[in-house]
Amino acid sequence: MSAAAADPAAATSRLGSASGDTAWKTIRRGLTYSPEVGEGIWLTLVLAVFATAGRIVVPIAIQQTVDRGLSHPAGPDLEFVRSMCLVAAAAVLATAAAAYLMNVRIFRASEAGLATLRIRAFRHVHDLSVLTQNTERRGSLVSRVTSDVDTLSQFVQWGGLLFVVSIGQLVAATAIMAVYSWQLTILVWACFLPLFLALRYFQRKVSAAYGVVRERVGAMLGAIAESVVGAQVVRAYAIEQRTQERIDAAIERQRLAASRAQKLVALSFSTGEVVSGLANAAVVVVGVLLGLAGELTVGRLLAFLFLVTLFVGPVQVGTEVLNEAQNAVAGWRRVLAVLDTPADVADPGPAGRTLPRGPIDVRFEQVSYAYPGGPTVLHDVEVEIRTRSRVAVVGETGSGKTTFAKLLTRLMDPVSGRVLLDGIDLREVRFDSLRERVVMVPQEGHLFDDTLAENVRYGRPSASDDDVRLALTELGLADWLAGLPAGLDTSVGQRGESLSAGERQLVALARAYLADPDLLVLDEATSAVDPATEVRLARALEGITRGRTAVTIAHRLSTAESADEVLVFDDGRLVERGSHADLVAAGGTYARLHAAWASRSE
Amino acid sequence: MPDDQVTLREGLRLLARAVRDEPGIFAIAIAGSAVYGITTALSATVIGRVTDEVIVPAFAQGRTTAAALAVAGLAIVGVSVLKALGMVVRRFYAGVMQYRLQARYRRAVTRRYLRLPLSWHHRHPTGELLSNANADVEASWYPIAPFPMAVGVLIMLVTAVVAMVLTDPALAAIGLLVFPAILGVNLLYQRRLAPLATHAQALRGELSGVAHESFDGALVVKALGREANEADRFAAVARRLRDANVGVGRVRSAFDPVLEALPGLGVLIVLLAGAARISAGSLDPGELVSVAYLLMVVAFPVRAIGWVLGELPRAVVGWRRVDRVLRASGALRHGDVVPSDGGQPADLAVRAVSYSYAHDRDVLHAVTLDVAPGRTVAVVGPTGSGKSTLAGLLVRLVDPRTGEVLLDGVDVRQLARGGVAGSAALAFQYAFVFDGTVRDNVTLGLPVTDDQVWTALRVAQADRFVAALPERLDAVVGERGATLSGGQRQRLALARAVVRGPRLLILDDATSAVDPQVEQRILAELRGVEPRPTVVVVAYRRATIALADEVVYIEHGRIAARGTHEELLATSAGYRNLLTAYERDAAERAALRTDEEELVADEVSQ
Repeated sequence: MSAAAADPAAATSRLGSASGDTAWKTIRRGLTYSPEVGEGIWLTLVLAVFATAGRIVVPIAIQQTVDRGLSHPAGPDLEFVRSMCLVAAAAVLATAAAAYLMNVRIFRASEAGLATLRIRAFRHVHDLSVLTQNTERRGSLVSRVTSDVDTLSQFVQWGGLLFVVSIGQLVAATAIMAVYSWQLTILVWACFLPLFLALRYFQRKVSAAYGVVRERVGAMLGAIAESVVGAQVVRAYAIEQRTQERIDAAIERQRLAASRAQKLVALSFSTGEVVSGLANAAVVVVGVLLGLAGELTVGRLLAFLFLVTLFVGPVQVGTEVLNEAQNAVAGWRRVLAVLDTPADVADPGPAGRTLPRGPIDVRFEQVSYAYPGGPTVLHDVEVEIRTRSRVAVVGETGSGKTTFAKLLTRLMDPVSGRVLLDGIDLREVRFDSLRERVVMVPQEGHLFDDTLAENVRYGRPSASDDDVRLALTELGLADWLAGLPAGLDTSVGQRGESLSAGERQLVALARAYLADPDLLVLDEATSAVDPATEVRLARALEGITRGRTAVTIAHRLSTAESADEVLVFDDGRLVERGSHADLVAAGGTYARLHAAWASRSE
Repeated sequence: MPDDQVTLREGLRLLARAVRDEPGIFAIAIAGSAVYGITTALSATVIGRVTDEVIVPAFAQGRTTAAALAVAGLAIVGVSVLKALGMVVRRFYAGVMQYRLQARYRRAVTRRYLRLPLSWHHRHPTGELLSNANADVEASWYPIAPFPMAVGVLIMLVTAVVAMVLTDPALAAIGLLVFPAILGVNLLYQRRLAPLATHAQALRGELSGVAHESFDGALVVKALGREANEADRFAAVARRLRDANVGVGRVRSAFDPVLEALPGLGVLIVLLAGAARISAGSLDPGELVSVAYLLMVVAFPVRAIGWVLGELPRAVVGWRRVDRVLRASGALRHGDVVPSDGGQPADLAVRAVSYSYAHDRDVLHAVTLDVAPGRTVAVVGPTGSGKSTLAGLLVRLVDPRTGEVLLDGVDVRQLARGGVAGSAALAFQYAFVFDGTVRDNVTLGLPVTDDQVWTALRVAQADRFVAALPERLDAVVGERGATLSGGQRQRLALARAVVRGPRLLILDDATSAVDPQVEQRILAELRGVEPRPTVVVVAYRRATIALADEVVYIEHGRIAARGTHEELLATSAGYRNLLTAYERDAAERAALRTDEEELVADEVSQ
């Protein structure tokens, strides 16, 4: 864990980036991960044509009423108006029905597709190597399977729908306008085209402004989180005032950014209103002149006034939707980037080998490791861990002992050399077989927000409460269990925070113990536990009678004293190996480490 | 439905609170909205008048005047500009109001977080508190964005109805039928949609929770090979969310087309009735156009009322959570005694202190302990025996259920705000690192020189790794900065305690993640710290214990024994058991090995 410590470069994301893709490419690629979206798309599109074409029914009805019903030489033709209105009403209702069917189909298809995308991306995050996972902030990974997909979903539902309808409406309105008067059609377009361009300009500014808002929301949440997550420190050091000032400043910065964005939105939205006024005025003036020239009827002119209202909405909505579409595509890219990132420590899958359970034997052959772009941190390690042996791995911080543990459990793959499990390269062993046989307990073993029993059972889902209780008893933890308020049903809280650090380690150990692997690797897994409990645990975990092999990474050298063999790492090399007594006698690195440790134990 | 009524009443109260909090901004937004509402209704009248007085005569007479056209054009544009101005003012100030309210209540909520005792924090999960300050505050003031518009729309509706009645009472009757229908459908829509949308929102939260927890525990998931199970867990919620979204979609799918169709149908009815009225000679074509136009332009804004009412249930739910924080009682009270600042080591006394978390049993039972000024006391005990709880009580992280903690003879509850922190510093086992520079993290705002910071870093053995960072004291650490190992975090936190020159220093297993050699150097440095503090150190390790003048052994929340290390080894079985665990283990193993060897030797010889 400490090998990459304090290295800002280690925080650089290793997730792939699909940002080079064009929007179209992103959409095409995205759809291949969500095949449901494309199913039956043709019927949906046909319905869309009906749903939008129906919107020009009312202006046509007005034109017909005025020109043929009211302006009839023999006085108003009420019979005509009546039948025309009935037909129009039927058309309006049919349009509504088509729109309903289209909407339902779009919702069903897109939600099904996005759920599939989400689930795939989630699974892929777990398939990424620990190293890749660690280069990304947890929150960022979470947002890729939650809010990024939500943005996409909301876009499809609100924006996408509106977009389809808006475009259809524009096309239909333009078509009928062109039939009534091509001159006025050009006039209306001449008014709205600049609006469209102006709105695009505004939208770019608006989206930049919202970018600032999002950034400041992030900073604000970070500041607020300090008052909650760091509550103990805040209280212990009485820095309430300072913390509040930091929070207030972040809140204020967020508010100002949001207000600034709001100003742009308000301005850009209202320009549409002014333009539609201009268009109406122009239609009236030019329309009257055209009418006087005999090129237009009253009804057609009046219908234009209604058709102009069909224009404002789509243009306004259209630009907002285009903007949202950019966000949605950006979100989509972020999700696809997860799927594009190769699972660098991959499960060989069905092609791999399944190894039978039983005593295990591990061999490192000329194994070297370097973090990507970094120096070699482990050099040519050549070692065999024999069946049923208890091995302690020691060394100073940064000596490579944790790297060794990660290679041993295939959390990482060596840069060169091989790690062999019962003679088989680890890379050829199927994960379900590997994880059944080899389990590592990290120093900070994450607990889930559930009961104690469920957390222990995480190691072996089929275990009953009695199995869990038995495991805890075998580990010598019966007393501790009895002292818990609700026993096995005690809730451990988020990340296990209701328990002390030492207790969390007890649960993590019990979990691995219940999983009952052939090789157990403990990476400073009992660092926060008291010595008496630690010794008890160590003995139980060794499970000599079960034929289990145990590798323990520890900075308490007591572990080394009792091990069958000690592996001593220094500066990325395996420098010594042998029993405690032999190594002390040899007077090398281990003897020095041990002397330092022993002196403070006295 | 009484629940709905409760929600509606609460929702209206919430809106009233918003208006009370921001009356000026609200007034401006409403003024803008009123202009918008009136001009929207007016625009239809203008179109009608233009039709009757300019368009129809021009077509009938075959001529028109430039003046008439100019007046018509200017009237239309003028009304549009006024309407646009109203929109700008309304929309901008609605946003301003919403953001001011959000900021105001975020400040209020976080102020409570900083005042409420840690025992309250313990009872509430981190995620819940974060969402109270963020999502819940946001949800509370969501209806504020469309609120001024909704008020403007009410004004618009009144104006429209008046305009219609003035134009033609018969057609106005149709309008009076259509407007309520649109409003009614809107309300029905929001009512149907709101619970479904809330449900989907809750599922989004749940999904995010599952993803967060699962990715947080990614190492464990991998180590135990549980990826498939995690994917199943996530997929189950994702599918429920999908179904919930489709449920929302179905309601939207049905209502949107209806809301689109209603004004259209209204216009057709107006045409039908209007044609009859025109043929009877009691209506002008312009008036017909005006009423029809009104129906078209008013239909959309009416939705704003639906938006406000639709958002109210969610807002009320959010507000209830916010309000719970604002009303939470039990803020830590402070006295007014200012502790002496003589630079002398503190005199610490714990008198019959008992403590319990939440509703559980006591974790400390009547603990009594004196630490004379300048002395160092080690607190030793098995995992879960209450050591950290005791450490927290000493700096008043929490208050005892019974008993008292005295600093220089004064109950810590009598000390003025900041008084305890001014005298005592606690270094935690799990060190929290703030987003900020190394310097910020050490000083936490205390006015000290960089030299003092470096001195503290040296004592904590953190000077070397900090010096190795490119920006040294200015290097950013925490979520957004360089990642620190557990041991480095601990050392930074230790420097944080040391730099304050505390008169009482409490180390709660504060070097557990540090290498033994480094730890030894830290302990050596601590011995030389000037001014010399009174020290309480929670530890298992002998080297740490060796630093102490006296050892207190805690078992099951009670002081089981106290004395020097040697005395306790002699008198306390529990202590001896804990401290000599390694040696006994080694000895037993050695014995076992000898046995085995003999056994093997026996087998060989047979």
